[in-house]
Amino acid sequence: MAANVETIEQVQAVSEKYKYGFVTDIETDTAPKGLSEDIVRFISHKKNEPEWLLQWRLKAYRHWLTMPEPEWAKVAFPPIDYQDAYYYSAPKSKTDGPKSLEDVDPELLKTYEKLGIPLKEQEMLAGVAVDAVFDSVSVATTFKGKLEEQGIIFCSMSEAVQNHPDLVRQYLGSVVPAADNKHACLNSAVFTDGSFVYIPKGVRCPMELSTYFRINAANTGQFERTLVIADAGSYVSYLEGCTAPMRDENQLHAAVVELVALDDAEIKYSTVQNWYPGDENGVGGIYNFVTKRGACRGRNSKISWTQVETGSAITWKYPSCILQGDNSVGEFYSVAITNNMQQADTGTKMIHLGKNTRSRIVSKGISAGRSQQTYRGLVKVSPKASGARNHTQCDSLLIGDRCGAHTVPYIESRNRNAILEHEATTSKISEDQLFYCRQRGISQEDAVALVVNGFCREVLQQLPMEFAVEAQKLVGISLEGSVG
Amino acid sequence: MSESTATADILDRFGPGAAMAGTPALPWLERLRAGARQRVAATGLPTPKLESWKYTNLRPLEKLIFGPQAQERISIDRLPSLLPQGQSAQRLVFVNGLFRPDLSTRTALPDGVRAGSLAEALAEGNGGELSDLLGQIAGSGEGQAMLDLNTAMMTDGFLLHIGAGVRLELPIEVIYLGAAPREPQAFHPRSLIVMEENSRAIVVEHHDGIGDGAYFANHGCEVRVGKGAELRHYKVQAEAEDAIHLANLHVEVHAKGVYDNFILTRGARLSRNEVSVRLTAPGAECHLNGVYMLRGDQHCDNTTTIEHLAPETASREVFKGVLDERARGVFQGKIVVHPKAQRSDGHQLSKALLLSDSAEIDAKPELEIYADDVKCSHGATAGDMDREALFYLRARGIPEETARHMLIEAFLSDTINSLAAEGLCPALMSSVGHWLSDAATGGEL
Repeated sequence: MAANVETIEQVQAVSEKYKYGFVTDIETDTAPKGLSEDIVRFISHKKNEPEWLLQWRLKAYRHWLTMPEPEWAKVAFPPIDYQDAYYYSAPKSKTDGPKSLEDVDPELLKTYEKLGIPLKEQEMLAGVAVDAVFDSVSVATTFKGKLEEQGIIFCSMSEAVQNHPDLVRQYLGSVVPAADNKHACLNSAVFTDGSFVYIPKGVRCPMELSTYFRINAANTGQFERTLVIADAGSYVSYLEGCTAPMRDENQLHAAVVELVALDDAEIKYSTVQNWYPGDENGVGGIYNFVTKRGACRGRNSKISWTQVETGSAITWKYPSCILQGDNSVGEFYSVAITNNMQQADTGTKMIHLGKNTRSRIVSKGISAGRSQQTYRGLVKVSPKASGARNHTQCDSLLIGDRCGAHTVPYIESRNRNAILEHEATTSKISEDQLFYCRQRGISQEDAVALVVNGFCREVLQQLPMEFAVEAQKLVGISLEGSVG
Repeated sequence: MSESTATADILDRFGPGAAMAGTPALPWLERLRAGARQRVAATGLPTPKLESWKYTNLRPLEKLIFGPQAQERISIDRLPSLLPQGQSAQRLVFVNGLFRPDLSTRTALPDGVRAGSLAEALAEGNGGELSDLLGQIAGSGEGQAMLDLNTAMMTDGFLLHIGAGVRLELPIEVIYLGAAPREPQAFHPRSLIVMEENSRAIVVEHHDGIGDGAYFANHGCEVRVGKGAELRHYKVQAEAEDAIHLANLHVEVHAKGVYDNFILTRGARLSRNEVSVRLTAPGAECHLNGVYMLRGDQHCDNTTTIEHLAPETASREVFKGVLDERARGVFQGKIVVHPKAQRSDGHQLSKALLLSDSAEIDAKPELEIYADDVKCSHGATAGDMDREALFYLRARGIPEETARHMLIEAFLSDTINSLAAEGLCPALMSSVGHWLSDAATGGEL
C-alpha cells in the first residue's frame, strides 16, 4: 500500500518536474558544427551585417582564442569542447524572415503556447510586449506598432543592426567590452540575436517589455545579446524568461546583457531563469554563463536587477551596476534555488564612481539536495564617490545535509564618506515553522514551499505581477523531492 | 638542476640562517626543512595573483637586500614591555629571532610547565617529543609559502608546554625585538605552544623595534589546545616604521578546548597576520579578535580561516580598524563548516573607520558551509566616524581633536574590553592611547 502511494508520488513528481522539457519538431537551418573564423563570418553574412560588425566579431573571436577559462568560481565541470556545438540554428522559414505573426511557423507558435507566452492575440489581454528568441533567432515581436507610436524601439538585435545601426554601433560593447571575460568574448564573436530596446527621452514605456528565450535544437549553444538604452528621463521595465528541452548533454548559454541609463532614466530588469537543470544525477542541463551589466551613466539614473534563478546545471552570473552618474542608484534582488546536483555561483558587483551613489543588494539563496551555491559579490567605492552608500544582505537557507551554501563578498572602500554595510546569515529551514504548518494539515512539501516563499518574499515582491505568480510556483516546483 | 639553483636564489636572499642555533643535526628536522624548502622553491613567494594575497603585495620585501646576522651590534638600553614588572610569570626576550637569556627574566614555574627557547629544547635532546609537533600542527598543505620559508630558515623561537591540569594564572610575556643597525635583517622565529588536557595559560607577545632600520620578521607559530584546555594568546605588534612583519599562526583545538586570540597592530610598514584555526572535536571554541590602527603608508592584512570540523563547535571573530592618511587595511575572514559539523555556531564581524580620503579598506568576509543545522553569520561595515556623535561632543564644549580621539577609543575599546583576560585590557588600551598621541605630535608613527 505504502509502496503503491510512493510510486504514484514518484510518477507525479517526474511528470511535474520540468514541464518545459519538450522538444519541438521543426525544420531548422543550422550552420556546420564547430567554431572557426568561417563560422563567425557565416553568422555575420547570414544576418547581412555591416562590415564594422563583422570586424568587431572577428576581433573578439581572435581575442577569445587567447583567453583562459575563468576558474575562480566555485563550480566544477569538465572542460567545454567548443568545437562540439552548433553556433547557429534557426527555424527554417522564408529567407526574408517572418513579416508578421501569420508568417511564423505554426509549430513554433504552439511551442510558445505550451510555454504560456501570450504571443498571439492574447496580447491585448496580457498587455506584455514579447520578443521571442528561439535557439538563435528572434521569431516574433508583438505590440511593435503600439510601441512605435511613442518612438520606442523594441525589436530583435538583427533588425536593430539593419534599421538602427548608429544606435547599435554607439552602445554595443560599451558596457561589456568584447574582451571582458571568456564567455562574454565568445558571445561577442558569435552572438546570433537578442533583443534591442531604445526608450526615447522622457518616455515612460507603457507596458512591460518581455523576451522569451528557448533553446530547442540539440547540441546548440545559445548566444543572445540584449541591449537596453533608456534615454534621459525615460523608464522601462523589462522581463526575461528562459526554458530549454530536457537533453542528456550539456548545452552552453553564454548571453550578454547591456543596460545604459542616461540622466534621470530608470531601467528595471527582471529575469526568471528556468533553463533545464539536468536530472537528479546531474546529467544534462544548461551551462548558464551570462554577463549582465548596467551602466548608470546619467545623473539620478537607476538600474534595478531582479532575478529568480531556479534552472541551469551551472549558473555563473553576476548582474552588475556601474554607478557613474552622481546620485545614481543600483539595486540587485536575487533569489537563487539549487536542487539535486545544480551548481550556482551568482551575485553582483556595485561599482560606485559618482558622488552620492547608492546601492542595495538583497540576495536569498536556497540550497537543497546535493547542490552547491555561492553568493559572490563586490562593492567597490572609488576615491571620488563621496557620500556613497551600500547595504548588502545575503541570506542562505540549507535544506538537507548534503548541500552547500557559501558567501564570498568583497568590500573595497577608498572613500571616508562612504558608508558600507554588509550582513549575511546561513541557517537551516526552521523546524518550528515546518512543524507549525504540518500541524495544520499542510503537507511537508507545501510547508517547505511556504516557508521558502516567505524567506524570498522581499525579492519576489520586486517582480512585476505577471512574473511574481510564476516565480512563486517555480519556487515550489524547484524544491520538489528535496524533503522527506 | 635548475630547481636547486632557484631554491638557492630564493632562500639565500633571506640571510644565512637555516640551522637551529647550537642544535645537533636531527634527521626529522632536516627532512622537515628540505620539504618546506622544496615547496617554496616550486611556488616562489606569494603574489597578488593568488586569491588569498589579492590585496597584499610583497614588493617592498623584494626590494630589501638582507645583510648577515648583526646580533652583536644591537645595543638594548631599554626593554619595551607591555606588562609592569612582577605581573608576568616569565619574560622571554628574543632579539632578531634569537633567544637572549641575558635580557630575559626567568622565575620558577610550576611543575609540568616548560617555557623557553625552541633551540634550547632541541639542543637538550627533546627532539623526539618535538618531532610529532613541529610542522605537524600546521601540516604541509599548499599555499603556505611564508610558513614554508619560516620552516626552511627557522633558527629559534618560543616554546611553551603546559602539562595536564596545570593552571598558570600569571601571563607569560614574550618580547620579540627587531633591529637592523646597518643592513636590513631577516629572521624567522618559530614558536610552539602545547596545552595538555585541562591546562590553562595566558601568553602575551610583544613585537617591537629598536631604531629605524628595515627588517623582515617572518613568524611561524603552531598551537595545540588539548581537551578542555584554555589558552589566551594576545599579541601587540608595534614593530619599527620600516619593518615588514608577517606571521603565520596555526591552531588546533580539541574537545571543549578554548582558544582566545587577540592581535593589536600599530607598527610595521607592511604586516600580515594569517591565522588558521581548526576546531577538531565537539565543544571546541575559538575567538579571534583584533584591532589595527594605521597611518602613513602602513598596510595591514588580517587573514583568518576557521574550520569547524566537528559538531557543536563555536567561533567568534571581531576585527576593528582605524585607517588614517594613506593607510590600507585588509580583512579576509573565512569560516568553513564541514559536512559533519552540525550545530556549529560561527559569527564574524569586520568594522573599519576611514579617517582620511586616501585611506583604503578591503574586506572579504567569507562563509563556506556544508552542513545544514548551523547558525553562521558575518557582517562588515566601513565608513567615517559618526557625525552625530562628534557633534554631540562638540556641542558640549569638547575640542574636535579630543572628541575624535574619544570616539576612536570608544570604537576600539569594546573589542579590547571584551577580552577574557581582563587584567591585560589597560595595557592594551594604553597602546591605543600611544597611537593617538603620536598623531597629536604629528609623528608618522
